[in-house]
Amino acid sequence: MKWLAAFGRFWWDFVIGDDWLVAVLVAVAIGATAALAAAGVAAWWLLPLAVLLVLWLSLRRAIRSA
Amino acid sequence: MSTGNAFLVLSAFLASGVEFVEALTIVLAAGLARGWRSSLTGLGVATLVLAVVVVALGPALTVIPLQGLRLVVGALLLVFGLQWLRKAILRASGYKELHDEDAIFARELAEAQGAAHRERAGVDWYGFTLSFKGVLLEGLEVVFIVLTFGSAQGSIPLAAAGAAAALVLVAGVGVAVRAPLARVPENSMKFAVGVMLTTFGIFWSVEGAGADWPGSDAALLGVLGFVALSSFAFVRLLRRERLEAVPA
Repeated sequence: MKWLAAFGRFWWDFVIGDDWLVAVLVAVAIGATAALAAAGVAAWWLLPLAVLLVLWLSLRRAIRSA
Repeated sequence: MSTGNAFLVLSAFLASGVEFVEALTIVLAAGLARGWRSSLTGLGVATLVLAVVVVALGPALTVIPLQGLRLVVGALLLVFGLQWLRKAILRASGYKELHDEDAIFARELAEAQGAAHRERAGVDWYGFTLSFKGVLLEGLEVVFIVLTFGSAQGSIPLAAAGAAAALVLVAGVGVAVRAPLARVPENSMKFAVGVMLTTFGIFWSVEGAGADWPGSDAALLGVLGFVALSSFAFVRLLRRERLEAVPA
């Protein structure tokens, strides 16, 4: 059980890292892209703009918590 | 070679190169402080474990439908890449200390020299563990990048070739100089890798979500330019903000 928790923690740190909000916002943005695409709307532009916003938010959070 | 494949090889080469440089520092510190036998045994065992991971996961990834794979891999790479990019921007703008391979080597060496000597099966346990863990952790990042990049782009061998070229280069120079590769522009490389991981993450996530890029694969260049220019703009903004906050 302890080993399993350590394994889970390793992958969490490895992929998600120290700002979980990035993962949540990226998932929301990809979901919105999929919804627009399914409705037949050109949606390629949404994720790059969302990433720009997410990166800036994450940088501000990192600086504030430093 | 298509734009996507060229980026694939270059990204795998750069990302793996950074990880190999870091692994080399740890193996060198363990070897010099605790003896080469334990350090090289740790390196060998970790390499075997990594090979098992590749053999187990590689073929499994190739049978997953491409659109679903690109969605999952794209999302993972995007989150993973944004971590790299955030750290790289914070370093470049002065909010985070630059990565210094010499300082890391000195710290690892001092810790390894100060640890108690415990021998198991003729191998110094501390040296073995230090080398094994270092190579395994850095190697897992290489495996993750090679398998995700390769499977989403449809060519694991091309991604592996990029990583293998980086391994040959780093190991060759490492054996020749027997010192940490402090002159490798690691901070710039990490910045470039962060930009590339984020670029591929955006590109594949959009395709996986069912949207189409104007210009198909050629759109990768546009996404790359967008991510790189935005990152440089953030560095400039944050650097200026930090300097203005420092009292004259």
